[in-house]
Order: sequence, then C-alpha cells, then structure tokens
Amino acid sequence: MTKLLDAPQQPKLPVRPSMPPARRLGATIRNLMTSPKYGPVIVTAVLFIAVFVIGGVRYRGFFSGQVFLNLLVDNSYLIVLAVGMTFVILTGGIDLSVGAVVALSGMIAASLLQTGWSPSVVIPLLLVLTSVLGLLVGLMIHVFKVQPFIATLAAMFLARGLCYMVSQSSISITDPVFVSLAQTRIPLGGNLSITPSVIIALIVVAIAVWVLHSTRFGRTVYAIGAGEQSGLLMGLPVARTKVLVYVISGFCSGLAGVLFTFYTLSGYPLTAIGTELDAIAAVVIGGTLLTGGYGFVLGSVLGVLVLGVIQTIITFEGTLSSWWTRIFIGALLLVFIILQKVLTARRR
Amino acid sequence: MSALFARVVAHRLFWPVVMLLVLFLINLIAFPGFFTVTIRDGHLFGSLIDILRNGAPTLIIAIGMTLVIATRGIDLSVGAVCAISGAVACSIILGSSEPGSLSTVAVAVAVALLIALVLGVWNGFLVAVVGVQPIIATLILMTAGRGIAMLITEGQILTVNSPPFKFLGSGFWLGVPIAVLIAAVVFAVAALVTRRTALGMFIESVGINPEASRQAGVRARGLLVVVYTFSAFCAAIAGLILTANTAAADANNTGLFIELDAILAVVIGGTSLAGGRYSLVGTLVGALVIQTLVTTVYTVGIPPIATMVFKAAVVTAVCLLQSPTTAEALRGFRERLAVRAGKGIAAS
Repeated sequence: MTKLLDAPQQPKLPVRPSMPPARRLGATIRNLMTSPKYGPVIVTAVLFIAVFVIGGVRYRGFFSGQVFLNLLVDNSYLIVLAVGMTFVILTGGIDLSVGAVVALSGMIAASLLQTGWSPSVVIPLLLVLTSVLGLLVGLMIHVFKVQPFIATLAAMFLARGLCYMVSQSSISITDPVFVSLAQTRIPLGGNLSITPSVIIALIVVAIAVWVLHSTRFGRTVYAIGAGEQSGLLMGLPVARTKVLVYVISGFCSGLAGVLFTFYTLSGYPLTAIGTELDAIAAVVIGGTLLTGGYGFVLGSVLGVLVLGVIQTIITFEGTLSSWWTRIFIGALLLVFIILQKVLTARRR
Repeated sequence: MSALFARVVAHRLFWPVVMLLVLFLINLIAFPGFFTVTIRDGHLFGSLIDILRNGAPTLIIAIGMTLVIATRGIDLSVGAVCAISGAVACSIILGSSEPGSLSTVAVAVAVALLIALVLGVWNGFLVAVVGVQPIIATLILMTAGRGIAMLITEGQILTVNSPPFKFLGSGFWLGVPIAVLIAAVVFAVAALVTRRTALGMFIESVGINPEASRQAGVRARGLLVVVYTFSAFCAAIAGLILTANTAAADANNTGLFIELDAILAVVIGGTSLAGGRYSLVGTLVGALVIQTLVTTVYTVGIPPIATMVFKAAVVTAVCLLQSPTTAEALRGFRERLAVRAGKGIAAS
C-alpha cells in the first residue's frame, strides 16, 4: 500500500493509516472503482469475466481456452482498429473513417495482388497510403480547424468512394503468402492455437501501451485530452501530436485492413460498414472518456473482447437472430455509460 | 463597392451559395434544359423539382439536426429512427384488413410518429437528465435502432400496396410534390417557432453555456429534451417519405448514412458543431448543395460509383474555404492588394 502511495503517477488515495485494514481495503476498492481513471476499466474487466462465466455455465463447451482464443482470432483486426481509435479519442477527437479505410486497404491489396504484385511490396505500400490519408485528415483538423467529426467523415466518403472505383464486385485473393498467413494456425499446446494475425494485433497493443505510458509523445496525448490550452501553455508539441494521432489511426486502419483480408481472403467494397461504430463502442466500453484525457489501450482491448463474447454467446444460443447483436451492443453501451456516470458522480 | 464586396465575402453563407451556383452552372453546361420547369399532367416537372423532391428527406432531418447542433449536441440516431418509423408504418398497414383505406394509413403514420417522439424523449432524457455526451447517447440508439427495426420487420423487406401511403412519397398537390410541401411546412414551422419567439435564443444560449443559461433562468433540461424530440420527429417524417416513395420498409437500408448527409448539410450551411449559433437558411442551402451534387454526378455523366469521392471533394472544399485559416489568408491577400493599389496611386 505504501509503495502505491509513493509512486509519483498514482492518484493520492485518501486512506488514513489509522484505519483498520478491512476498512482500508474497502476504501481502496471504492476509490479505485469510482476513480474516472481506473473505475470503468475495472468494471469492464469484471463484466467480461461475469459474461464469460455465465456463458460457461449455460452452454456446454463454452468454458474452454479455444473459445477465448477465438475471440482474439475473430477480432484481431478490431483490436488494431480500437488501438488507433484510442489514441484519437484520448486527444478528444474521433475518427469515423476507419471502417471505410479497412475496406479500401482490402480492396487495394486484393486488386494489386491480382495483377501480380508481391505482398512484400503491397503491404508496406498500403500502410504508407493509409498513414498519408491520416496525415491529410490530421492537417485538415489542425491547420484548417475543421472539426474531427467532419474531416474524418470526408475521409470516410473518400475511402468508400475509392473502394467502388477500384472494383464494384468482390475480388478474391489467391496469393500464396496471404493464403498461408490466413490458414496458418500457431499451436500453443493442448489443442489450443492462434493465427499470425493475433500475434500482430498483440504486438500492436504492446507497442501502443509502451508509447502511451513511457514516451513523451504518449504523455502529450493525455495532456491534450485533458486540456489543449494547458498543453500549449506548458510548451508541449500540441500541433505535431494532434496530427500524429490521426496518422497512427490511419496506419492502424491500414494494418487492420490487411488483417481483415487475412481473415476473409477477399476485397469487397461493402465490407466493414459500421466497423467504426464497433471500434468506438469498444473504446467507450473500455472506459475511455470521449472528451479525452482518460483511458487505456488495454481497456479498449477488453472492450473488443466484451463485444466478441456477446457475439459468441449469440452464436451459442442459436435461436437468436443476428440483429439481436446490435440491440445487445446498444444496451451494453447504455449500461456502461450509466455505470461510468454513477461511479464518477459518487466521487466527491 | 469594395466594402460591400468584403461584406458579402465575409457573410457565412457566401461560400455555400457560391458552391451551389457553381454546381448549377456545371449542370447548365452539361444539360442546357436544366432550369426549365414544365407542367406535365398538372404536375411541375424538371431537374430543379427533382432536386427539391429527392432532397426533401435530408432537408427535413437537417432542420431537426440544426437545432440539436445549436445546443452543442449531435443526433446520430436519425437514420435508425427513419428505419424504425418506416418499419412501424409498413407493418401496421400490412397487418390491417384494409391496407388501401385512408384511416389505416392515418393510424400507421400517427403511431410511427408517436414512437419516434418516444425515441426522441429517450435521447433527450439521456443527454439532459443523465448527462451523457450527445454523440454517445445517440450512438446507443443508432446501434440498437436498426436492430429494433429488424425486429419489427422480422428481418424482411415489407412491401405494401396502399395508394394513400404511396401518395405521401410520390404524390402531388397543386402540382408540387408532397414531399417538398412537407419539407416546406417543417422548415416554416421551425423558422417561425424559433426565430419569431425567444426559443431560438434560448437554444443558442444553452449551446454556448448550459450552466450559465440555467442560472439565467432558461430551463436547459426541458429545452434539450424538446430539441432531441423534434429531431426524432423530423427523422420519422423523413423515414415515412422515404418508405412511402419505394412502398417498402427495408430495416437495413432506409435512411442509411442519412445522418451523415444531414450533419454535412448543417455544417456546409455554416452552423458550427461547437454550438451556440445556427442558421436554418444555411441548412437549406447545405441540403440543396448535397442533393444538387448527387444530381450533377448523374447529369454530367460521372459514373455514379464516384459520387462519394465527389462528395468528399465538395465537403473538403467547403470546409477549407470556411475555415478561419483561409479567411485570414484571404484578408492578408486583400490587404497586400490594397497596399499595392495605394502605391500605384501615389506613384501616379
């Protein structure tokens, strides 16, 4: 406990040393739950475990390691998207273009591979292209003071329109490298396995955690979300950081598009419609405040897993129609927001 | 003269109107009969009438959206509300024994509008009473709403054969399309109620500072609920027109992306997403710009698949032209011109 108090970045918990240990523990838990920083993430973690346990009790075969790993396998692209979105939302912005950019990078990859380009050229090219798109959006937001909502909306229209211009029908991918990356299962022992996409997604998460918590850039991201004006007065590189988060989001969207093509092995202009909403929902469920300043990448990953576990339960239930997914996600968003409100309001 | 010119350029509707005129000009060059309006079978007929008629649903939603945005809010759920109202109306008409009778259609429309009012109150409750950020509060209904619409239509496209209902979407009265008349009535009501009373000023004051307005005696909460309810009501009207036009309720595609078009119309019209100031005339111009753009794509012969790229270009252009950075650069340019002209006079 004292060690926690000594750490400079931890919030000072109003725990008096004279309290009896049980009450002190209670106070610590209450403080953690009601802190705007940790509370929502803890609630999400508890909820994820609860839903998983409920699923395990209700359905035979649910409570297995592979069901959990499949959450990662099926949602690896969404995890990457949510990581990029977390950066943007932490600065108080929003990126509506990610779904369209996922579709666009899938389309470009599919059509270039079809004409015989090598994957070792295509993938870097895609990542550069989507990063440049992010850079343009960031410059539009920062230099021309266009609201993030509108600037990324324009980018969404642009990316979706370009998808149709590449092709109006689905293009399948037969490139051996892509096919092998899509079909490889990496055994983890005991009948468990994951795909290369999961490893890529986890690497992205690890890098994002490191950048946000251990670099000057990461601290500036939090500072901008907490108050752009104060950040400027402190002499932080606000302009550069604000543009860079959109570049990061663009890069993550491009990478997510590549992972998505590993998953589907095709490019189709209508894929990933509404994925930006899933990504935003995951970030919000993961406890990041939309006004910026509070939140964790790992929270967003938890958010993606919660969305995934709901989908898995609906699949296991069998009788529920697919549209129930959307209603559940909506209801879950509601529960979370109310919980966040109640928890943070009780803190005086 | 130059002072007048400067004032005209500085007007916030200058660039949107210029954009509209440029689009008209492009149309006129591509299709010389663009401005001709003829009377055929007692109906007005021509490209301009088409623009008005097809743009009516977007305009109606944009009017509601303008008031929401003026309170520093946003309503993402309008597309879902469109789908729900269409689904409700169609399922009532299908379920009745006399789908063609006027009373059935009246009941269907009334119930659809009533449900929309409930949805609007729900949005308003979340924003005003619970205190959720508007973008998240309406994101909940946006995500869940299409699921609810699917639930009502049981996942099918409901086709109705009811002349009075069809009349709502494609009928004429005194030669004018019904949809245009409805849009005109909504516009007139919104303009009269908010601009001829103090309501508009209250809305703007809540957008500037809700707490200060509350202390000045403005009932911010009630006002917010009313504004969100009005927005949902507008969305339901638009949804009914859209559904009646095709005589089919499609829970997935009715009003898809219409929230984005409506927000764009509002922003092109010079209403800031930061709230506190709005222009209904601007919204009218914005909605016309968007619809004319779509029409232009068809008349000029650009493949319709490129519409979205084109839209992105126009949105970007208008946003950049309206940006304070551009205004400053233009002012600097004019001043330099004036200095040069002054030197010229001195030299002669």
